[in-house]
Amino acid sequence: MTTLRPARLSLGWLAAGVGAVLVALVAGVALGPVTLPPGSVAAELLNLIPGVDLPSGLNERETAIITELRLPRVVLGLLVGAMLSLAGGCYQGVFRNPLADPYLLGVAAGAGLGATMAIAFRAGAVLPLAAFAGAGIAVVVTYLLGVAGGRDRSSATLILAGVAVSSFLAAIQTYLLQRNVDTIREVYSWLLGRLATNGWHEVTLLLPYALVTTIVVLALRRELDVLSVGDTEAASLGLHPQRSRMILLAAASLGTAAAVAVSGLIGFVGIIVPHVVRLLAGGSYRSILPLSLLFGAAFLALADLAARTLIAPGELPIGVVTAFFGAPFFILVLRSTRRVSV
Amino acid sequence: MLAVEGVRVTLGDAEILHGVDLAVASGEWVTVIGPNGAGKSTLLRAVGGAVTHHGKIIIDGTPTSALPRRRRAQLVATVAQQPVVPPGMRVLDYVLLGRTPYIAPLGRESAQDLSIVEQVLDSLELRRFIGRELETLSGGERQRVFLARALAQGAPLLLLDEPTSALDIGHQQEVLELVDRLRHERALTVLATMHDLSVAGEYADRLVLLAEGRIAADGPPAQVLTEELLALHYRARVRVIAGEFGPIVVPVRLS
Repeated sequence: MTTLRPARLSLGWLAAGVGAVLVALVAGVALGPVTLPPGSVAAELLNLIPGVDLPSGLNERETAIITELRLPRVVLGLLVGAMLSLAGGCYQGVFRNPLADPYLLGVAAGAGLGATMAIAFRAGAVLPLAAFAGAGIAVVVTYLLGVAGGRDRSSATLILAGVAVSSFLAAIQTYLLQRNVDTIREVYSWLLGRLATNGWHEVTLLLPYALVTTIVVLALRRELDVLSVGDTEAASLGLHPQRSRMILLAAASLGTAAAVAVSGLIGFVGIIVPHVVRLLAGGSYRSILPLSLLFGAAFLALADLAARTLIAPGELPIGVVTAFFGAPFFILVLRSTRRVSV
Repeated sequence: MLAVEGVRVTLGDAEILHGVDLAVASGEWVTVIGPNGAGKSTLLRAVGGAVTHHGKIIIDGTPTSALPRRRRAQLVATVAQQPVVPPGMRVLDYVLLGRTPYIAPLGRESAQDLSIVEQVLDSLELRRFIGRELETLSGGERQRVFLARALAQGAPLLLLDEPTSALDIGHQQEVLELVDRLRHERALTVLATMHDLSVAGEYADRLVLLAEGRIAADGPPAQVLTEELLALHYRARVRVIAGEFGPIVVPVRLS
């Protein structure tokens, strides 16, 4: 019997990730203008599972706060964080570039333009749709340009195409903003990201895409390890590098676009969470991707908790919180691990 | 084991190989030599499937055009000239990548994959390095790990593109002796490219001299490593001295 232990997702880290999500869930639901006892919150949450009926000691109003107000928002935070982190880890693997983030191929610029148009043309109701369409169109255009421009379909051509498409869309967006100066404030607040919820509406919008993205990316996580030796060698190992890359990018971009559509442009999560996971749990994408999903979810839900409680009754832009707390934490992890490994 | 028939390769606008014919018998070690730009690496890459070609390449009786990618990877293993060293990857996981052609697209390594890798690691005395990150190994150790990944592929045909170019003279000999031992143990067929002519001649059964995309000479080392041929194709002035395992080529200064 062999004693070799290949890089796989370790049970310990998996448990830690699930634990982090549960802590974020209970804390996110319990804390707010009305503080609810965590034990009661946990009981109420368990009651949502069919067949479970625990006494929580909460009155009807408090139960409504949980199920109608806080839980949708916390779940949205979990989903958005999971998508951005998973997509970020996926992009970093596909491009073999530690600086890659899920906005690399024009998702941010496309979504930004879509949202700006929706706001500028007083069509706020279709904002998520406009942002989603903008992000999707931007990625597709980037991909087509990248494929047309590079005979070898190398990742560098794709990144350059992403830069070109982003600049182009940003130019249009800037022009629109300048023509509609009165909307700048609203657009700006969207660009910084926010997790406002209207019942379960946003969650149900995002959930199907999140599921597809998660299933596809996690199913192909071993291929990302193979891709790390470069296209030529990956092909000599029997892989179709271009095909794998296209599927992974399509899935990651879909999840990102859907997340951005309901939450705006929350920066930092997609780049930092996968790196922290990599530093702590090892460099194989077989653990980076599932752990990024879990820790990204927990991180964003907790960041949102901070965003809405620190200056209550006011609210901080969540993008500010993720960067303000995420950056020092990232530096700390960098310094305390043996060496920088990307 | 390998038949190359009328192979042409065009990179960009330039045709690099102009109709190359080459046959390598099962168990044979053939080394391709030739001046810079002759097309040695391109020939290996065509056989490995890394560049598109015109003409026929037949591996183990099957034309490569009829081989699915995974099947081809089970027949041909390549050690690139400068393999990519993935940051942060441990030696064990790197060698396990060699089992990719046997792992179902959504699957994971089987116990058999692990035991094959274990055997390769033991054979190359790499057991103590398995937990180390590949980046932290020395040049000679890395070359053994690259070789281990290729062997883990379990392919009967091994392509080595300049396997010793990054190594000092002692490690060159160590790696080539290792390849020769493995070739006999595992009945491998080896197709290599090499710059050092004496070393190339000492280890290969047959040398193929490639010049400007065509085969200029093909035969046992003593027939290919001659002062005339090397003067003609390398524009080099050399003395060829008979050695125990093949001709020794010594460059001499033009008077």
